[in-house]
Amino acid sequence: MRTITVDEAMTEALAEEMRRDASVIAFGEGVATKNYKLVEEFGAKRVRNTPLAEGIIAGTAAGAAATGLRPVIDLLFAPFLTFAMDELVNSAGKLRYLSGGQFAFPLVAITRTGGGWGVGAQHNHNVESWFVNTPGVKVVMPSTAADFKGLLKSAIRDDNPVMFFTDIGLIYTPGEVPETDDHVIPIGKAAVRREGSDVSLISYAKTVHTCVAAAEALAEHGVSAEVIDLRSLKPLDEETILASVRKTGRAIVVHEAAAPCGVGAEISAILAEKAFGALKAPVVRLTGPDAPAAASFPLEAAFAPQADAIVSAALRIARNDA
Amino acid sequence: MTIMETAVDRSVATALETMLLIRTFEEKSAERQAAGKSGSVCTSVGQEAAAVGVVSVLQKNDLILTNHRSAGHLLARGADPGRLFAEIAGKATGYCKGKSGSLHISVKELGVVLTSTIVGGELSLAPGVGLSLSMQDTDAIAVVFFGDGAATEGIFHEALNLAAVWNLPVLFVCENNQWQAFVHRKETMLADHVSDWARPYGMPAVTVDGNDVEAVHAAARLAADYVRTTRKPYFLEAYTYRTRGHMEPDTQAYVDPEELASWKRRDPIALLESRFAPEELAEIRARVTETIESAAAFADASPYPSFAEMTTDVYA
Repeated sequence: MRTITVDEAMTEALAEEMRRDASVIAFGEGVATKNYKLVEEFGAKRVRNTPLAEGIIAGTAAGAAATGLRPVIDLLFAPFLTFAMDELVNSAGKLRYLSGGQFAFPLVAITRTGGGWGVGAQHNHNVESWFVNTPGVKVVMPSTAADFKGLLKSAIRDDNPVMFFTDIGLIYTPGEVPETDDHVIPIGKAAVRREGSDVSLISYAKTVHTCVAAAEALAEHGVSAEVIDLRSLKPLDEETILASVRKTGRAIVVHEAAAPCGVGAEISAILAEKAFGALKAPVVRLTGPDAPAAASFPLEAAFAPQADAIVSAALRIARNDA
Repeated sequence: MTIMETAVDRSVATALETMLLIRTFEEKSAERQAAGKSGSVCTSVGQEAAAVGVVSVLQKNDLILTNHRSAGHLLARGADPGRLFAEIAGKATGYCKGKSGSLHISVKELGVVLTSTIVGGELSLAPGVGLSLSMQDTDAIAVVFFGDGAATEGIFHEALNLAAVWNLPVLFVCENNQWQAFVHRKETMLADHVSDWARPYGMPAVTVDGNDVEAVHAAARLAADYVRTTRKPYFLEAYTYRTRGHMEPDTQAYVDPEELASWKRRDPIALLESRFAPEELAEIRARVTETIESAAAFADASPYPSFAEMTTDVYA
């Protein structure tokens, strides 16, 4: 299979879906500038630049989605979502419900976050859990180029607003990606990246790769680690998470976002509620600190949980057979 | 405009009846709130001419976006007052199954497509509706109603700018009712006319006497025709006054009595009524009262939604 980057995989997904469905349009900050080939193929009406104004970009997407289009918008960096919260949360997320189901909001909001570019906390802030706490929207955050393509295609075809979080650290990461038009990854389905029997490492985005590295190191210590890539944060694939932890009896949730009320907190609670009897050790959360992300490269790189921390946590709980 | 100069002209009589329907509906809503039959409402009493004047020029395929003070727009568009009362009371027979209440009522079948209660929310959605229309082979236009309060928000400027830059068929209708919730407009903006803010974005912008339904109708006719034929935005400001409080109940203790009295002397309904014969007026009023009473009875007799509705319609 050919190898392309995450960025190329996303552009390919967008182009395929625009070819497939004339109601798909793309706009946002620099969308036409960056995707001049899409402008050539689909015309300036379907691929547009916008002012640097996230509120009206998101609001326009919501209004267009409710009246027949399928907008894909680029809001650049996740902290900029604060300017679009009314439109994404109060309009796209709630007006279907508040109208008694009269409208649907099939839109995709692409945004970037995470360490990798040294851009600091006003461009790098993992706010994905805000949207997990938002009714009416779905949230995805893939880790591989193939999933970026397959999940973006699913998100565009979905009849609901989908928050598409792109980990900055993965944008130029290459990976094998199917060229076929039907490569679609369902929203709400996790992937088992590595099978194991002693501990479940549950993660999403760039830290999935950290977990895979940790699992390889753990194997040398005689500990068999299973790695779960959530891919979708809302809806969450509880079935895959529970099946894994019921098998291993131990869970470490790993993400770059801070711990308080984050995805790790949710998964810990689900495990306590539904797999308590299977747990051989307390659930561990390894997360970024509850602090703004620094621009300084060493500090930024250290912000996300590291493989050695996962290894020591796993070794600690693997010895606990209570 | 000779047709408008005849007091008994049918279109004027229709306008008066619709305005009276809105007034009676709003007063009944306030009464129902006080009686514990429904939650709070934000009435549009005093602003009826703006709603009727604009909506009366629209085509069936035009799309309307409105806000929390929406009863006038909905009733002028032909909404059933019974289903509106039911919605406000949270009943299953309401237009939104009782999930909206008074604040976010949309009626897709009437082209009232998106209603946001967060001041400015309606403006954020309007260019998108215009964008959808601009991608279709249609002469339909989008019309968005908002107030002077929304004009002081950043999203107002973002919406006007994008609509102008992208040539979107959006008619912006600012009902400048002098009040921004509990704050007088003069405390929050130096300009008297919001249209002065709209013009620099690159669209025609006109202010009209919002209490004169014939003037609003004529201005809206020009505005809608402009948007329909050029496929570009237009800004119409209806200068009017909210004569009831922000929401029910509201003692309006913060309102200058002289200002209120001066606007009540220019009440849009009273201005028109003086031109009708007493018998004709009595006939219209009786018809409106009958409609509103039976609408209220319909809402009272309607059931509440089942508890299962708490979690339906969240996702498509």
